[in-house]
Amino acid sequence: MFGRLSLDALPTELVTIGGALTMIGGACTIIIALTYFKKWGWLWKNWLTSQDPKKIGTMYIILSIVMLLRGAGDALMIRAQQAIASGNSGFLSSDTFQQVFSAHGTIMIFFVAMGLMFGIINLVLPLQLGTRDVAFPFLNSLSFWLFVAGFILINTSLVIGEFSTAGWLAYPPLSGLEYSPGVGVDYWIWALQLSGLGSLISGINFFVTIIKMRAPSMKLMDMPIFAWSVLGAMALVMAVFPILTVTLALLSLDRLMGMHFFTSTHGGNPMMYINLIWAWGHPEVYILVLPAFGIYSEIVATFSKKKLFGYKSMVWAIMSITILSFLVWLHHFFTMGGGANVNAFFGIMTMVIAIPTGVKVFNWLFTMFRGRISFTSPMIWFLGFITTFTIGGMTGVLLAVPAIDFQVHNSLFLVAHFHNMIIGGVVFGYMAGLTYWFPKFTGFKLHEGLGKLAAWLWITGFVTAFGPLYVLGLMGATRRLDHYDASLGWQWLFIVAAFGLLMILSGVATQILQLAYSIYRRKQLVDTTGGDPWDGRTLEWATASPPPHYNFAVIPEASGIDSFWAQKQSKKKAKKLKLEPIVMPKNTGAGIIIAGFSFVMSFALIWHIWWLAIIGFVGAIITLITHLTNDDHEYVISPLELKREEAKAGREGLYL
Amino acid sequence: MTDTVIAKHQLESQGKNNFGFWIYIMTDCVLFATLFATYAVLNRATAGGPGAKELFSLPFVLAETMILLTSSFTCGLAVLSAKNGNKKQLLYWLVITFLLGLAFISMEIYEFNQLIYEGHNWTKSAFLSAYFVLVGTHGLHIITGLTWIAVLTKKITKSGLTTKTSGSLAMLGIFWHFLDIVWIFIFSFVYLIGASL
Amino acid sequence: MSKKILTVLAILIPLSIVAGLIIYGAKLQPAILVPSGEIARRQYEILRFAFWLSMIVIIPVFGLLIFISLRYRASKKAKYTPDWAHNNQLEAVWWGIPIVIILILSIITWRTSHTLDPYKPLDKATRPLEVQVVSLQWKWLFIYPEQNIATINYLKIPKDTPINLKITSDAPMNSFWIPKLAGQIYTMNGMSTKLHIIANEYGDFEGYSANISGEGFADMKFLVNSSSPEQFESWANVTRYQDNFLSLDRYKLLSQPSTIEEPEYFSGFQPGLYNTIIEKYMPMYPNQNRSHHQMESY
Repeated sequence: MFGRLSLDALPTELVTIGGALTMIGGACTIIIALTYFKKWGWLWKNWLTSQDPKKIGTMYIILSIVMLLRGAGDALMIRAQQAIASGNSGFLSSDTFQQVFSAHGTIMIFFVAMGLMFGIINLVLPLQLGTRDVAFPFLNSLSFWLFVAGFILINTSLVIGEFSTAGWLAYPPLSGLEYSPGVGVDYWIWALQLSGLGSLISGINFFVTIIKMRAPSMKLMDMPIFAWSVLGAMALVMAVFPILTVTLALLSLDRLMGMHFFTSTHGGNPMMYINLIWAWGHPEVYILVLPAFGIYSEIVATFSKKKLFGYKSMVWAIMSITILSFLVWLHHFFTMGGGANVNAFFGIMTMVIAIPTGVKVFNWLFTMFRGRISFTSPMIWFLGFITTFTIGGMTGVLLAVPAIDFQVHNSLFLVAHFHNMIIGGVVFGYMAGLTYWFPKFTGFKLHEGLGKLAAWLWITGFVTAFGPLYVLGLMGATRRLDHYDASLGWQWLFIVAAFGLLMILSGVATQILQLAYSIYRRKQLVDTTGGDPWDGRTLEWATASPPPHYNFAVIPEASGIDSFWAQKQSKKKAKKLKLEPIVMPKNTGAGIIIAGFSFVMSFALIWHIWWLAIIGFVGAIITLITHLTNDDHEYVISPLELKREEAKAGREGLYL
Repeated sequence: MTDTVIAKHQLESQGKNNFGFWIYIMTDCVLFATLFATYAVLNRATAGGPGAKELFSLPFVLAETMILLTSSFTCGLAVLSAKNGNKKQLLYWLVITFLLGLAFISMEIYEFNQLIYEGHNWTKSAFLSAYFVLVGTHGLHIITGLTWIAVLTKKITKSGLTTKTSGSLAMLGIFWHFLDIVWIFIFSFVYLIGASL
Repeated sequence: MSKKILTVLAILIPLSIVAGLIIYGAKLQPAILVPSGEIARRQYEILRFAFWLSMIVIIPVFGLLIFISLRYRASKKAKYTPDWAHNNQLEAVWWGIPIVIILILSIITWRTSHTLDPYKPLDKATRPLEVQVVSLQWKWLFIYPEQNIATINYLKIPKDTPINLKITSDAPMNSFWIPKLAGQIYTMNGMSTKLHIIANEYGDFEGYSANISGEGFADMKFLVNSSSPEQFESWANVTRYQDNFLSLDRYKLLSQPSTIEEPEYFSGFQPGLYNTIIEKYMPMYPNQNRSHHQMESY
């Protein structure tokens, strides 16, 4: 009746019980609070069924921050274990430790970085393009809710069952049935499968949005550079997420139906998995970092009060990174013995990526050159990014040389390198972006002093946490060790690294404090400029803060790069605009219901509860068909209503 | 007024929807390409069991192929009838397409069943796993297409050729032809080349 | 505290942490930077060269960053050109310099990928020693076919003698690594990878498994001892006359998941053990060509 599910699935070890209780406690608190304050109806109407990218984006960001806290908790356990376990077994069993690092990687990439990325894109992209919505609003909400389903699934593994111990990419044969018979790998597969499907749909959606939904007057070569970077990232999503879907499905078929894609026997081929997963996995890194590059470009130009240097160079750099990122996946396993020619080719392609990336760095520097730079907190993140990312780029070039890679592959040197890229490149960028665009969506700024302190703690903590890992890697420390011999002399470095993590965590705490304090003091921090607190350059600053749900009452003119800036400079009195009726998508619960059924199906498949899996599958399909065959998806806002709405933001004078 | 505004909006959305659907088709191409790649890698990994040459019956698959090709043709006729605004003819061709698709998928299920009955199921070798998954994924797409035809036929019967239903029909046409092309690849690589090796 | 002091502190603290790490790190003599064998030494030399080469870009970037940040602060009222956003010469320079550097590095990469190909035998006058390596859950089995002995978690080698390693796995994939002597190579089921190493110093070196392979993975390490050829021979002889034979049954027990504390020595082993282990994963079909074209089956 219940497949593999029984009471044994509850956690027994102290640490895992703690994790489970935190999850249950958190969920209960939210449910009780919503019930007590009678907010269920409000939540359903205004958020859960919303098709508004600004709301969906906000929800993405909130969930990603929750997951950031969980991932950081995992990081703390890893660092604490390794700081302690010199010549002893530490406070975590090796099984728990392996679950913790597998969860850490999976969560940070799929549920923090991807979530923040899609959150920011949802918030900013339509506004920057001067449009009211994304191309397919329903698909946008569906992909968000699939992300949520994955999110709940991966957290469920804390309470019921266990998580994978096979690392964040779960190489077979270790992740196969023979060596991992439990539910851990299945949780990993389905959490990724659901959120990955969501990412794929989002990729198509935003790509079409950029190509087809721009303000009619905006040419491709006039787009803000952030939109270009998103275009590159989404093209990559479309090209590689299907590979991830297939790879996960095949691994799952091996485990569920006894197939032999990646088994060691019956002709299966584990190396094929490693090739496939990295054919997705390497472009994935660029999917994350390209939008961050876009964010930095916007920020540098704005706070230097200067046009972005080398716009065309930047576009070419983004596009060449997009294409090159397909040709490098093999550098993740030079040590497989692929032969000198193959290794050399992929090594050189990898190094070639450093060229456009280096060009971007110089373009940013020369955007600042002869500017009027104000060092606001987004700029502090940017400075942190340039310094750490340059170092990471250098170690990346070292790793790209096969002869060097043989020595540092799978060592902590590698771990330090990719954190250098992901934290220094991606996370700093998203943090900068969140700070930069925060006033746009709330109407008030974040507290600057606390923001700078947080950025500084992150940057210094980062150096302290990952500097030692470079040294450890050079000493021969491999990744994922739950303990090591005292005689190796590694402990002090691990202790320093743990201290660095504590600094990063205090940076996170400062950010939470910053948010709370800024909300508390929102009256003083309010944006008095009518939506343009930073003297911005692109269209998102042309509308009110927070923007009305339809973004723009009249689609703005956007000719030339930085059109909003040019408009402000020209000092010509703007003509009054004529309001037309506009069509907006109606709210629908279909997204959340389909994702709910998908969650049920995945959970049932993990535990081999076949009847429930069928219910989940059929439910999802029927809901989808019902939604698609329903004709009533849109509603109209009349000019009269528009005028009333605009008057609320004090903008009625702009219209006829 | 509201209705005309929405109708105009829907008409304007057609281009965007079609473009989006083409992009989806592209991602589906990547999906099939990945499956083809796995099949190519595992195609000889029969673990001592029989391979493509021993297992597949070409005449049977050729019949399947002809049926699917014909259905692609009738699907094209359906789209053409819609362009001429001939609802009755359109429904007629849709039903024919559905029946042909159903015949195709039934034959495929029969073929699978036959293989499993003879002991050549997907647990026997990597080759068989890759075969069942590649061909089966195409089969699942066909089933999706059949469901789509059924739902759309019902919808057109009820509310006629609106902007939405004709938009849906256009996409269905693309989808069905796409499946046809994928099948041609399967037929050539899995069956024809498989049988000649 | 004034803003200026805060800013200086904010920059000095991370800088001093980095400096401290470099000084402390150098004192620790990291294995990769202080190699004991020719292969590792050549790998280290490439590392050093590539590091300094990339400094040609890194140092100007940091220099420019500091200079521009100080000079063009809004409060400084320095020269301001808000619309200056394009300069062909300048852009040509920073497309050009990285291209040249990467070109140099590419040539080196191409050459060293071939000269330091782990599959390439070392060109030495001394007759090489062959050792077969098997990664198990969670221990390393070393088979010396010429000496007819085997060990667990202990690899004794003669100094200045090329060692030809053939490596496979009877457990989840792993990675074989002796940082002091040479880089890694994966160990995989049903395949035999190769690694060629040499020790040019006497001493004990750490050997690691660098790829996660299950619960006992952290304890899966081995000791490499480099001694004189004579010492090696006498050790092999002593080991051969112990009474501890590695039969197939014994091997089956050994390959069960477990970790062991102390190395173990076998006076002999089931003939053809290494091939038996590989064939375990090969399909029964005789003319089956399962392995990757680039992967050398045994």
